[in-house]
Amino acid sequence: MAHFDEALPAFAAEVGADGPVCVRGGGTRWSLGGEAAPGTREVQAPEGVVAFEPAEMTVRVRAGTPVAALHEELAESGQRTALPERAGGTVGGALMAGESSIARLGLGPVRDALLQARYVCADGRIAGAGAGTVKNVSGFDLCRLLVGSLGTLGLVGEVLLRTFPVGETERWVRLAGADPGAVRSCHTAASVLWDGADAWTLLSGYEVDVDDDLSRLAALGACEDVDGPPELPPHRWACTPAEAAAFDARNGTAGPFVAEIGVGVVHASEPQPLRPVEPGVAELNRRFKDRFDPTGRLNPGRDPLRKP
Amino acid sequence: MARTLAAATRRVLGSRRRGDRAAAAPAAGAADAALVADLVEAIGADRVRADAAARYLASRDASIYKEGNAGPVCYPGTTSDVVACVKVATRHGRAVSPRGAGTGLSGGAAPLGRPVVLSTTRMDRLLEIDLDNGVAWVQPGMVNLDLTRALAPHGVHYAPDPSSQAACTIGGNVGNNAGGPHCLAYGVTSAHVAAVEVVLSDGSVVTLGDLTAEPAGYDLRGAFVGSEGMCGIATAVAVRLTRNPPAVRTMLLSFDDVSDAATTVSAIIAAGIVPAAIEMMDQRCVRAVEDFAQAGYPKEAAAVLLVEVDGAAGGVAIAADRVAGIARRNQAVSVRTAADDGERARLWKGRKSAFGAVANVMPDYYLHDTVVPRTRLVEVLERIYDIVDRHDLLVLNVFHAGDGNLHPILAYDSRVPGAEERVHAAGREIIEMSLDMGGALTGEHGIGVEKREYMDRMFSPVDLDQQSRLRASFDPHCRMNPGKVLPSAHSCSDIGALKAADAAGVWG
Repeated sequence: MAHFDEALPAFAAEVGADGPVCVRGGGTRWSLGGEAAPGTREVQAPEGVVAFEPAEMTVRVRAGTPVAALHEELAESGQRTALPERAGGTVGGALMAGESSIARLGLGPVRDALLQARYVCADGRIAGAGAGTVKNVSGFDLCRLLVGSLGTLGLVGEVLLRTFPVGETERWVRLAGADPGAVRSCHTAASVLWDGADAWTLLSGYEVDVDDDLSRLAALGACEDVDGPPELPPHRWACTPAEAAAFDARNGTAGPFVAEIGVGVVHASEPQPLRPVEPGVAELNRRFKDRFDPTGRLNPGRDPLRKP
Repeated sequence: MARTLAAATRRVLGSRRRGDRAAAAPAAGAADAALVADLVEAIGADRVRADAAARYLASRDASIYKEGNAGPVCYPGTTSDVVACVKVATRHGRAVSPRGAGTGLSGGAAPLGRPVVLSTTRMDRLLEIDLDNGVAWVQPGMVNLDLTRALAPHGVHYAPDPSSQAACTIGGNVGNNAGGPHCLAYGVTSAHVAAVEVVLSDGSVVTLGDLTAEPAGYDLRGAFVGSEGMCGIATAVAVRLTRNPPAVRTMLLSFDDVSDAATTVSAIIAAGIVPAAIEMMDQRCVRAVEDFAQAGYPKEAAAVLLVEVDGAAGGVAIAADRVAGIARRNQAVSVRTAADDGERARLWKGRKSAFGAVANVMPDYYLHDTVVPRTRLVEVLERIYDIVDRHDLLVLNVFHAGDGNLHPILAYDSRVPGAEERVHAAGREIIEMSLDMGGALTGEHGIGVEKREYMDRMFSPVDLDQQSRLRASFDPHCRMNPGKVLPSAHSCSDIGALKAADAAGVWG
């Protein structure tokens, strides 16, 4: 709380204390949870890496920084974050969307990546959440509340993220006709994808372990090196891991798909129908919005409950 | 368990020694008679106790905080029992404080203002193991270690492993966002809770989070975990199951100099190795542990590191070699690898009995819990020794070094006049030093009442106002476990709730 990065007050001034406002990042998930209401002023979050501490495995970065640029800088020290890389996508955008990377099995969900956030509240003041350390349970967990909130509770300007060592060896392989459950049993599998017929996996770790897993996979059938994951259909469904593993049966409504095995995300050709929400949960969501943004000025038109 | 027993023993001794007013507490007075009658009608006479003994036991946790004051204590068996108790309490204008095993170390479970205490000890069942979704549904009163034992036949475990895991409950773990040695690689409780069924202060039941990859709406599950009983009562928890690693290697590294051990910790992380655990103990702790548990620790060492690496077999061997190399380059005098499961268990037994072992050194102890950047451990330890020397106290250091989570144990004898004051003064300096180093107030024990008034050293008024909004969104009238976490200036409604009960008399 003590020393704000100099870019934050300028960002807060731009956000101001009244009038509908939203932050434009890379625009890669711009319509998630609804379009910004007409007349909403657009601002941009500050950009740039503030401090990367490889020995601490943390990086302090401004929210407007592209994830790819951040990862390029971290890669020089053999590290990365759990945030997904989308063309032009920013750190703030990735956190506010809350969608995990396809390597979630290895990196964990985005909601566990945020250690500290400095954000502009609805009244224009700058607030801090979390701590500058890798472990902290001091007070209520505003960081997790912010992740996935689509900028409807506060506008994030600067964050501290956990980083991870990149595996010494990383290889994508495609397995024709393989049982994705068997692929999932590989210890180094950081991602297991399945389109109803073939499976893909990202093996990440020490070379000796990746080689072990490769020979195990070769025993399952044809196994070939590929450059990366298959092309993912445009719509993202959130399912349980069990539903994702049995997704084939619902092909009729989703079209061709790629399921993330062991995670529950399915990339489908058609949008996911809105999920039913318990009335009590919907009521709590409304109360949070009302308490944090009483005049409804932050990202009006967007609602995390309407995220597919 | 050892630590918990030691705490319980200390509590009993303490009450005899000091003639604690609670020991002589009268039975519930007339003010509570109508409340107790309604609670009995709601959940049955065998599930409500209002006698002095029950209330005394429910008034303390394992911290040294002594001002807790429980009203009637309820032992609900089901979610609907919990709902019924919350509604009765509300009707009588009384707050509700949830309680697990009472192993907390910050006064979080110490009830303030004579609330109705809801003990989850009779909700201790494993409801369902769902391997397809990688979760188990458990009741909040289930003991952490019982859960891991029940999961063993399936080749999975529950990762958070606090030192009190033989006694502490999953509900308490959720309330405190509990940690443990293995949270270095696996993360604290919040990373291991997929969903939680909660009874809110208005008696409604909601499920926060679900088993899908990304639940719709705000992450209310994440906001609830670690809320120290102030946002509602967990009545069922879907915990994530972690696959047992194919290979594990546990090493004991010993050093002639504490700084070399601390430097080794930072160097391991800097080398891009994330062990499952890196625990550190200094000489005084090693000697106490060795006398108590005969774990095979070298008593001549100035400090030891207990390092565990896990994963696939090949990588584990490589990581273990690298750790050993880093230790030797930092003047480790010995590097010992556990040869089998028996030796591994002995090494961990030493670590986990550290708090029990303190009882052989001094009759009382105050256990602190702060976090510092893990790259500054050398400097931080020097400062701790300096602070403790200046206050003429004994310190035993045993902590989760890998994530910078300090646990200095200030050992003392409360019969010595002025000892407690010196312990508090030294504790305050340790907390402030940790914050000055860029650290945090607590890494896993929570704020409770003990660190409440330090919150504004770490957070600005705007930050605290935001935290207060989170709490008020769940519990607008501050009826759940009032008086914790937020400093008094930021919890006005809590003060109202506490005053209402005080009017009826402190032990009436």
